[in-house]
Amino acid sequence: MLTVRVIPCLDVDAGRVVKGVQFQNLRDEGDPAELSRAYQKQGADELVMLDVSATPEGRRTRIETVEAIREHLAIPLTVGGGVRTVEDASELLSAGADKVAVNTAAARDPSFLTELAERFGSQCIVVSIDAKRREEGDGWHAVVQSGTEATERDAIEWAAEATDRGAGEVLLTNWDRDGTRSGYDLELLEATSSVVDVPIIASGGADRPEHLVEALEAGADAVLAASIFHQGDWTVDAVKDHLEDAGLEVRR
Amino acid sequence: MADRTVHIVDTGVANIASLQAAFRRLDAETQLTTDPDALAEAAYAVLPGVGAFGAGMGTLRDADLVGPLRTRLDDLRPVLAICLGMQLLAPSSEETPDVEGLETVEVAVERFPDDVRVPQFGWNEVRADSDGGLLETGYAYFANSYCLPDAPDGWTCARSEYGGDFISAMEHGPVLACQFHPELSGRWGSNLLRRWLERGDDQC
Repeated sequence: MLTVRVIPCLDVDAGRVVKGVQFQNLRDEGDPAELSRAYQKQGADELVMLDVSATPEGRRTRIETVEAIREHLAIPLTVGGGVRTVEDASELLSAGADKVAVNTAAARDPSFLTELAERFGSQCIVVSIDAKRREEGDGWHAVVQSGTEATERDAIEWAAEATDRGAGEVLLTNWDRDGTRSGYDLELLEATSSVVDVPIIASGGADRPEHLVEALEAGADAVLAASIFHQGDWTVDAVKDHLEDAGLEVRR
Repeated sequence: MADRTVHIVDTGVANIASLQAAFRRLDAETQLTTDPDALAEAAYAVLPGVGAFGAGMGTLRDADLVGPLRTRLDDLRPVLAICLGMQLLAPSSEETPDVEGLETVEVAVERFPDDVRVPQFGWNEVRADSDGGLLETGYAYFANSYCLPDAPDGWTCARSEYGGDFISAMEHGPVLACQFHPELSGRWGSNLLRRWLERGDDQC
C-alpha cells in the first residue's frame, strides 16, 4: 500500500527561502537549492516550492530557482505561486517542476483547472486551497491572493468541485494557522477527505510530529510543513520515526 | 568510456525535465528525438509516457517509431520504458481497447480494481521477485491508473500491492520497464537508472 508522505515546503521570495506567519514578516531561511538537497537527504518524499514574490523581478528569478532545485532533486517537486496561465504552468514544468499548484486563478475561473488537466494530465495539477474559518456560522470559506481576499466559495465544496474539474491533488491550508505552529485543523481535514476522492496534502500549523500523525489520521494522505524543518527543530527522518511508531507506513 | 547518449522519445506531452536531470547526474547525455533512424541506432532509448494508451500508440505510429522500437525490444538492445511506456509494451489496454500495443509481452493492461482509489498516487513498496540484477526491493513513486496484472513469460519482475499485486517493473537483459518513475524515486531510483546504464555498457 501507499506510504504517507512528508513534504517540506519552501516559500521562496526573489530566489531565497523565507517563512513568516501568513506571509507577513518574512524571515530569510536560506538558499532553495541547498535546502532542497538537505531535505532530500533527510528523507523528504516530495518538495513543494511556493513563490511568494510580490515583484516582477522576483517572479522572473523563479524559473532559475526551479532549475537549480531540479538539478539535484530526485523526488517530485510541486511549484506554485502566481500560476495564472497555461504558459506559466508549461514554463514551470519545462524548468523541472513535476506538478504545478494553482490557487487564485483557479478560484476565479475553475475551467482553468480543466484546461491544465487536459493539456498536462491531472497527475501534475494540484489545486491549492487556503481555507479560513467563517467568522459567523460554521465552516470555512476559501481565501485567495495570499489570504488577503475572501471569496464566496465554501472551502470544502470548492475542493470537491476542483477535483471534478481535473485537479489530481488538493493542497489544503488552514489560513488561520499558517506559520502559527498550533497544529493542523483536523475538522477541516476530516470534512474535506469525506467528500474528495484524490490525495489531500495537509498544510498550516505543524509544530511537532504528533500534529502530523493527527492530520494523517484525520484523512490527509500527506503532510506539508515549513517552520519545523527550516528552524532545525526536526529533521524529516526524525519525524518519520514518530509516524512509524504511530503505525503509519513511511518510505525509508 | 562507452557512448552514454540516451535518446528519449519525444512524445510532446511527457514532462521530461526530471528525467533529463536524473541522467545528467549519472553523467549521461540526453537527446529528445522523434527520428526513427536515431532511435534505431541509439545506444540507449527511453520510452517515457504520460497520457492515454491510445494517444501514446498514436504518437509512435505517426512518427514511424513502432518498427524501430519493436526491433530494439526484440533484439534486446537497451530500452527503458516508464509508466505509460511500460504499458505500451503490452498487446492492448483496457484504457483504449481497440488499439494495438507494441506486443513485446503477452499480458494485457488492466485498470486497478474499484475498491482502491484510482489513480494510485504516491510512494509504494516495490518487491523484486528474484535477483535479475537491475531490480531491487525499495520504494518508488507512482502516478498511474492502469497496470500489468501478471508477470509476462521470460521477464524478471518486481511487484507492488495496490488492490492486489501488480507488476511494478520488469527486466529482460538491458530492457527495463517501470510502472513507477525511477527519476522521481530518490536514491533507489537513481541507482536503478545507473545499473541500467551499466548493463548497456556491458553490451557495447
